[in-house]
Amino acid sequence: MASLQIIWSIFVKDLRVEWRNRETLASMCVFGLLIVFLFNFSFETAREETLRLLPAVLWVAIAFAGVLGFNRSFASERENSCIEGMTLAPVDPSMIFVGKMLANLLFLGIAEVVMVFAATLWFNFSFLPSLGELTLIAFFGTLGYAALGTIFGAIAANTRMREVMLTILQFPIAFWILMLSIDATSNAMRGDPGGNWAGGAARVAGISVVFTVASFLLFEYVLEE
Amino acid sequence: MPLQGHNAKPVLEVRNVTKFFGDLAALKEVSLTIARGESVFLYGPNGAGKTTLLRMLASLARPSSGEVLFDGRNIERDGAAAKSAIGFVSHAIFLYGELTVRENLRFFGRLFRLDRLEKRIDAVLDMFDMRSREDVFVRDLSRGLQQRTSLARALLHDPDFMILDEPFTGLDTQSVGRLEDLLRRLPGQGKTLLFSTHDFEQGAAIASRLITLKAGRVRYNGPLASAPFEELGIQRSNGQKVNG
Repeated sequence: MASLQIIWSIFVKDLRVEWRNRETLASMCVFGLLIVFLFNFSFETAREETLRLLPAVLWVAIAFAGVLGFNRSFASERENSCIEGMTLAPVDPSMIFVGKMLANLLFLGIAEVVMVFAATLWFNFSFLPSLGELTLIAFFGTLGYAALGTIFGAIAANTRMREVMLTILQFPIAFWILMLSIDATSNAMRGDPGGNWAGGAARVAGISVVFTVASFLLFEYVLEE
Repeated sequence: MPLQGHNAKPVLEVRNVTKFFGDLAALKEVSLTIARGESVFLYGPNGAGKTTLLRMLASLARPSSGEVLFDGRNIERDGAAAKSAIGFVSHAIFLYGELTVRENLRFFGRLFRLDRLEKRIDAVLDMFDMRSREDVFVRDLSRGLQQRTSLARALLHDPDFMILDEPFTGLDTQSVGRLEDLLRRLPGQGKTLLFSTHDFEQGAAIASRLITLKAGRVRYNGPLASAPFEELGIQRSNGQKVNG
């Protein structure tokens, strides 16, 4: 119970900081929209093309918008050494990880809603027939990606080229979540009657849970100098 | 009457601690003990290793070798009790600029799971005359007011052991006087104090024991009154300049 209160405090603190400066979410949404728009501008948008391209377009937009968010997530912690201030308290580092990951998950989730809405308009494609399946895939894909972004954001925050380092460190591992998510999203968007989307969603869920648990367990070593 | 470090059971024990940053040894086989209720002044020139030592005692840094014990427990392996008992003030203020003074204190108070948190916040705000600025964003405060808020944060959980690294930085004369009074009173309340400042006379007016560091090594560790100032290169300001 005490752990949940600490996680909640960290989560609410991140929301409050974001509400005050309105930097992270705005930049994530704008950047994501730009990517979706640029792809829409570059490709023909016949239905078959859309089904082939849109899952990749969306997950690429999510991936890059996420990098912006994860970098910002630790920028406020770096300022005035606030992350050290948190570690001065008798708090399990994994609680800090969960609180910050949940905030990242929420910000990325909101950005995804905005991007999907834009894609609906620009690609003239309705996600409604497979909304449940897509929501499930997006949740697990985003969970794993946010977990990786949180731990690698913390690592990169201690490096000199932190903005570049996050991308370089995170993408080779996040690649697996993104590939599985694109595949599962593609199957769900096609309204796959054979249930292939469910298998894909299960794989996304599986790898996301593995990455989330691993990040949870390793976070305390990241916080060490 | 404060207990003396060499006679009483130590609350803090540093055993042969060495700390490397790359090839540079910031601390070299440092050993010392501090007893409950002591007031200890850590003094030394820039680069002597004071901040590194204080950060290590606050469990923000790990020794490369050796160990730090708090109440007999290794703070690396079993640091929760030490963290609950230690209040740390550093060059960094550990405060969120986008949160107000009260919101910052509330956040850190919750991390320490404090009961009657709002009353405790009121108390530390009053202690540092910050009540009228409790709703101001920390980013909008002057450096001195930020330092006062940082001191309030460090005292929020009523720690038994205060570690302060240059706590007077940025404070105005009135705040310095108030903090000096507070620090002088702590040992009488059974609390232990370890602090550093570059103003030797200021530190000497508060502490009863002196530890001097130079190039990562302890040069003197004992009662302040009987310190060999000349041998340590410290010339008291009653007549002459002070250096480390």
